[in-house]
Amino acid sequence: MSDTILNIENITKSFPRVIANKKVTFDIKKNAVHAILGENGAGKSTLVKILYGLLEPDEGNIKLNNKDFKVNSPAEARKQGIGMVFQHFSLFDSLSVKENLILGIDEKMSYSDLEDKLENISSRYNLPLDLDAPITALSAGEKQRVEIVRILLQDPQILIMDEPTSVLTPQEVESLFVTLNALVKEGRTILYITHKLEEVISICDTVTIMRSGEIIDTSSTSNQTAKTLATKMLGQKLDDLKTNYGHIKDKVNFEVKNISCDFNDPFLTDLKNISFQVRVGEIYGIAGVAGNGQSELMDILTGENINIKSGSITFDSKKIEKYGPQKRRDLSISFVPENRLGHSAVPELSLSENILLSQFPKNNFIKNGIILKNNVDDFANNVINEFKVITPGNDAKASSLSGGNLQKYVIGREISSKPKILIISHPTWGIDAGAEHSIRESLIELSQNGTSIIVISQDLDELIEITHKISVIYDGKLSKPFRTSEVEIEKLGLLMGGKNE
Amino acid sequence: MNNLFPSIVSRSQSSGLMNFFVPIISIVLTLITGSIIFILLGFDPAYALYTFFISPISSTYGISELFVKATPLALIAIGLSYCFKNNIYNIGAEGQLTMGAIFGGGIAILFHDTNAFWLLPLMIFAGAIGGALWGLIPAILKTKFNTNEILTSLMLVYVALFILDYLVVGPWKDPFGYSFPKSRPFSESGRMPLLFDGLRVHFGLIITLFLIFVSWFIFSKTIFGFQLKVSGYSPKAARYAGFNQTTLVFFAFAVCGAFAGIAGLAEVSGPIGLLYRDISPNYGFTAIIVAFLGRLHPIGIIFASLVIALTYLGAEDAQLFLQIPSAVGFIFQGLVLFYLLGAELLINYKLTYKKLL
Repeated sequence: MSDTILNIENITKSFPRVIANKKVTFDIKKNAVHAILGENGAGKSTLVKILYGLLEPDEGNIKLNNKDFKVNSPAEARKQGIGMVFQHFSLFDSLSVKENLILGIDEKMSYSDLEDKLENISSRYNLPLDLDAPITALSAGEKQRVEIVRILLQDPQILIMDEPTSVLTPQEVESLFVTLNALVKEGRTILYITHKLEEVISICDTVTIMRSGEIIDTSSTSNQTAKTLATKMLGQKLDDLKTNYGHIKDKVNFEVKNISCDFNDPFLTDLKNISFQVRVGEIYGIAGVAGNGQSELMDILTGENINIKSGSITFDSKKIEKYGPQKRRDLSISFVPENRLGHSAVPELSLSENILLSQFPKNNFIKNGIILKNNVDDFANNVINEFKVITPGNDAKASSLSGGNLQKYVIGREISSKPKILIISHPTWGIDAGAEHSIRESLIELSQNGTSIIVISQDLDELIEITHKISVIYDGKLSKPFRTSEVEIEKLGLLMGGKNE
Repeated sequence: MNNLFPSIVSRSQSSGLMNFFVPIISIVLTLITGSIIFILLGFDPAYALYTFFISPISSTYGISELFVKATPLALIAIGLSYCFKNNIYNIGAEGQLTMGAIFGGGIAILFHDTNAFWLLPLMIFAGAIGGALWGLIPAILKTKFNTNEILTSLMLVYVALFILDYLVVGPWKDPFGYSFPKSRPFSESGRMPLLFDGLRVHFGLIITLFLIFVSWFIFSKTIFGFQLKVSGYSPKAARYAGFNQTTLVFFAFAVCGAFAGIAGLAEVSGPIGLLYRDISPNYGFTAIIVAFLGRLHPIGIIFASLVIALTYLGAEDAQLFLQIPSAVGFIFQGLVLFYLLGAELLINYKLTYKKLL
């Protein structure tokens, strides 16, 4: 009899244009906290969704207690003894805790049975609950407790926790760790999905590190440090590229000073005192793991959110923090947000029509409120030709283009108006290598012609390849800038994992 | 193992051709279901369908009546498409229609003994203002307090109907009307001119066609129409583009209210000629079906308004010749909407039965 509870063998799962899991193989020991560590997009979520019956693997086997394990739905997975607590809660806000618990379990149970069971669970695992409180009145940590209790009511052998601390306060994190330890002591196994290095070392026994869909390593955490984990998580990055610093002027033309913003929302990250400066012709990179305030910062840089608590943004000695997107475009600032479909482009509209989402003063697209279709079409054709967008024509719907082609088109649209500054988030996210290369090339060329560029990206390779300066955002705070040609990868990895030294 | 109920899975791509055929498929399915209902009621379906759909328009008078009914439906539906394109669910057009009738009709009652060329234009203008103001109430509630416009616009329908009710039994009651709940008749220059002698089709039809043309121009040629569309497809993209969504909400509600108001005024100054309780056989609600059946497209709305107007006429004939309650017209309207929404769902989603172990 081995002490392995789950054997994962050769699991492969591919999606159109991307292989999310490539021959993933590792064992999970019983009675332990097993971490899966990786950057966003490393394939962690796909793997747990397979375990929980939400996705079907293309290939491979899973064995639970040495027996073949195959489930088609979360309900079946729960029946077999696997429970999962998601990062985003699935609770009915207007119902009470008790009602949510009764609704969430698979078998029928009376309220009095439930209360008996709950008392037992609450005291044993440090999970106090006010049964009659409505969900809306609870903090994020309390809501998570309800989710955990709901799963525990079904007595699972394995509990999957997906980034459980991302919405918790430090105190709540501590109390969660007490609960997890109590669960393990009882003989249960916990699969802990995270990208936070510190947590892996402090509460996990074993760690499996994933990168681009593959397993890099599975080992005990006792002989790991945050540094060694960071290196494995990020991989051996490429050698320093010869980034050319010659064309950068001394003049700062974009400055963010002490920006703070509170959202009062557990799923958004408050921004804390963010400052940075960008020089004419410089490419400034902001690295970090997703969910550390990047999209919140992006909204403030584009003017989609102008409700900041304090701080200022200065461009060409004008204060612009209260300007909306169009007023910023009027000053020749251009942006490309992370999401192509439904943000920087409307999938239902044609390529020509999508041009009109981003208008600069020089464009002659509108006269007296009437769209000058010929000018718009010419501009669209120009972007299509110049950036080698593969499409039947400017009347094709944006949704018909591949991700890479649409991204080339959107970036081409912004670059063609020759902005003074381009603010771009995840420029090559989810696109093929060819498009990736040509986009990076055009960004570098743009900077050499005197445009300043701010790139927010999770892809450290990319930032190191194209930026002149780089800083790391973690939990809404931005690190000091480093000269990209001199910075050590390890240093960035530690900052991304929240370790300052 | 089971799984009695299929799950609904999003299709990766919806067929453009099917999209075009949705209205036609819904009408065919409605006719089939209608035939089954007639058979169950014990009628020869061919005869019943003939009575319902053909005989009402087999005379010049019938065709004129078809246009009389289609006029308010088309005008309100084109107004609604400003809202629906923007993903605003204004279902209070009936109330906006009523307010238009009250404002415009109020002018007519005020000048009941005046005959002047300016009276009708002033009434039309007042009708548009009344409808627009009523439409702006849910717009303010939505933008200021984030209230759901479906609820507020619907509730305001009943408020408007009660105001009309109060006026025609109270201050605006016809002093020579033997206490009937109705206003004075409008003066001759306060009436919509008839287009042909002896037929009820009136100048409101011309106004409607003109406003449909204007709307087509706004939707397809102007940046404003573009902004409505973008904001409907993707509010995030509209925010990225820097379009002012509050303005768009106000604009859509105001235009829709104004169009519905003009439709209401055209009814009371056209076929009716005075104010009383039941000025509209639910045109404001039925126009929602017209707007969707016409795919929110100006040309589509013209055809859809004729189809739905026919159900009004058919219901009257069915009552007369088949002794079926005229509510059967609403059943047909309901069936069209039901099949329309069903077909719409199946274009974008498919049903699959998950296999279980």
